[in-house]
Amino acid sequence: MPRSLAPWEIERKLLVKAEDKTNPRYGCRPEERSAEEYIRYGVINLDKPAGPTSHEVAAWVKRILALQQVGHGGTLEA
Amino acid sequence: MTGVLPVTLEEATKTVQALLHSGKEYICVMKLHGDATEKRVGEVLKEFEDTIYQRPPLRASVKRQLRTRRIYYIDFLEKEKRNVLFKVGCEGGTYIRKLCYDIGEVLGCGAHMQELRRTRAGPFIENGDIVRLHDVAYWFMEWQQKKDERMLRKFIQPMENALTLIPKIYVRDSAVDAVCHGASLTAPGVVSIEGGVSKGSLVAVLTLKGEAVALARAVVATERVLNMEHGIVARVERVLMPRGTYPKAWRSGET
Repeated sequence: MPRSLAPWEIERKLLVKAEDKTNPRYGCRPEERSAEEYIRYGVINLDKPAGPTSHEVAAWVKRILALQQVGHGGTLEA
Repeated sequence: MTGVLPVTLEEATKTVQALLHSGKEYICVMKLHGDATEKRVGEVLKEFEDTIYQRPPLRASVKRQLRTRRIYYIDFLEKEKRNVLFKVGCEGGTYIRKLCYDIGEVLGCGAHMQELRRTRAGPFIENGDIVRLHDVAYWFMEWQQKKDERMLRKFIQPMENALTLIPKIYVRDSAVDAVCHGASLTAPGVVSIEGGVSKGSLVAVLTLKGEAVALARAVVATERVLNMEHGIVARVERVLMPRGTYPKAWRSGET
């Protein structure tokens, strides 16, 4: 049996169902968000140091950036 | 243990569900408790390239019941005396410490995890844009002083980057606000959809500008969606965009 593919090994093709345009008056491309919004809707690809727990590292980021809420994508043990 | 730890900020924290489902990759040093040939170690590692059973360790943040996890690949890299270096791509929630223990049991000599570095968490990899804690502190301070947005881009990425490995559905402007209010996505709102969506898949709903609107659970497969004229395509699980970002184009009350 062939091994199952990792999510990053799967190639996905975009299939068009209908044609439509988006109105520039509403929303904005993610890269064009204002600084405040860019942070509010942001993710940091962080290199976790050895020692502290994932939770502690996330808490440090929260404190450095003076944020209300942070999360992390999967615990990596201390 | 070190390596890729994506940290979501404020509203972006709602995307962690997508990250937890996107798989991980590690480089691991496993210490053998006895002698084994390189050939034998390589063979045993390959045996684990499968769906494996794991019971979470005593000190775990989840219920300790036997569960299955997929090992997408496990590649032997190097062996020096009793140290074995290997690379493993696996489903989120796989315990590598347990995996090493189990490999040791199959080898017969016993083994434990010595060192671990995560080289991937979903779409985030250790090459290129990974930053250290001091980079975060430094660039944030630079930004506060100079108010130059390029400083923020040195260490923060849009949350949409966390969604790149789950299938995407792009929707019309007119469908956005209803989804922001938690309404199911219906066929007329769909502009395009990625292949490989099946019933029950976690999908990302995006605007034509590429902004994330919501995480949703597909009700039908890609092929069906393309031929549907009406009916529900996906049910919203997590709204990511604030209401009112796009104009309301739906009627409330009696229909």
